[in-house]
Amino acid sequence: MPDKLSTATTLPTARASGCPFDPPPELGELRQHGPISRLAFPDGHLGWVVTSQAAARTVLADRRFSSRIELIHQPIPVPGVEKIPRKTRPGSFIRMDPPEHTRYRHLLTGQFTVRRMKALEPRIEQITTEHLDAMEEHGPPVDLVPAFSLPIPSLVICELLGVPYSYREKFQKDTSTLLRLTSPPDERVAAMEAVNDLLRDLVLSKRTNPDDALISGLIRDTELNDDELVGISTLLLLAGHETTANMLALGTFALLQRPDQLAALRKDPDLIEGAVEELLRYLSIVQFGTVRAALEDVEVDGQLVKAGETVVISIPLANRDPDRFDHPEALDVTRSAAGHVAFGHGIHQCLGQQLARIEMRIGYRELFRRFPTLRLAVAPDEVPLRTDMAIYGVHHLPVAW
Amino acid sequence: MWYDEMVRVVGRPKLVEERIMRIEIHRERCIGAGMCVLTAPDLFDQSEDDGCVVLLNPEPAPDRHEAAKQAESLCPSGTIEVVPDED
Repeated sequence: MPDKLSTATTLPTARASGCPFDPPPELGELRQHGPISRLAFPDGHLGWVVTSQAAARTVLADRRFSSRIELIHQPIPVPGVEKIPRKTRPGSFIRMDPPEHTRYRHLLTGQFTVRRMKALEPRIEQITTEHLDAMEEHGPPVDLVPAFSLPIPSLVICELLGVPYSYREKFQKDTSTLLRLTSPPDERVAAMEAVNDLLRDLVLSKRTNPDDALISGLIRDTELNDDELVGISTLLLLAGHETTANMLALGTFALLQRPDQLAALRKDPDLIEGAVEELLRYLSIVQFGTVRAALEDVEVDGQLVKAGETVVISIPLANRDPDRFDHPEALDVTRSAAGHVAFGHGIHQCLGQQLARIEMRIGYRELFRRFPTLRLAVAPDEVPLRTDMAIYGVHHLPVAW
Repeated sequence: MWYDEMVRVVGRPKLVEERIMRIEIHRERCIGAGMCVLTAPDLFDQSEDDGCVVLLNPEPAPDRHEAAKQAESLCPSGTIEVVPDED
């Protein structure tokens, strides 16, 4: 129906000035068309966008919706997208369906249990303290992103995987290129290749010089080939640091802008677990949502999604669904944010979520404990926002105390 | 023992306000997200081998029914099912 395409909206991405924590106002307006409505894609595809928490959970839990990259139309314009190979790399199970997905995920689930992640607490506390010591020694002002929010999760995932920390500079630049929406296609492909080459070298070196970390464990305990090991390592490394890093910095920014919430958290440190869930809900850093493609015709909330059509599940809208959360636009560290979909839902729900939770609990708690007078060192509207990145957050967060 | 005998003869005692709830697990669906352990660590655990769910208590006490339902609702993969016990 071409007439529908001409009237359907594309995914709104422009946030209102002065509202760095709120989804784009035009995105919110999509709610008035119901839990699922038509969406135009940059490549001319006519697909759908899901705006309610209930429909988001329904679609994400329904295996008739596929995660395979070659079936999915991208909702955000990416320059030269046609030059980027639309093929799932071996081991990159985030873009696979069962049974392939199941096989890979089950090789890893034992490594990311609540208990195992809890056992990392002392080490994460130690790493956090070291970075706070360095901040104190440096003195204000400090950019919290390179001093605190980025290196802590980076170090943790490197240790978990057995990636030498010296690799960090190399892969962080490439990760940025991959997440930046405006990266030229050649640079994007080159960055992916560079990360892959780096991890291929690493996998080969682990074959001869094993350690106690995750990659060596996979080599020892599974039949995975080198391509699969490289794919899994790349996925875990990329997913393991940018996401938590952005939650730490953006969450700090949000708490500094809401002194009442920060005061509540300071008064009752036991609120931290709920506060982390609330920040995940409120900030929804997977800002453009997650995408699925219908493998067959599926009815969702009275609308017929045809086989082959792409559905964008808007994480920010689902997490601010007024039917699910009272006063969803308010940051309230005392509420129960249970049921948020910041980590997704369905079989692809974040593998590293228990690690992320612990890193955030320790990170926020220790930061505000060590620097009780922490404040922004610039005006709030001078904080550079990651509106240009697949994962939202701040590029820099200058702070003083 | 006397309890088992009583259950065999007259069925489980059931009060309106203290209905028995059964938790059923579809373990093949589990993806090891850990939401159940986070929500109700007294009812669920994760296996050391594969991270998948281990049911610690299939018939939680009434004061844990809400937690069991919450775990069912938060489970991303539909592994946990809470059913009223009709036996």
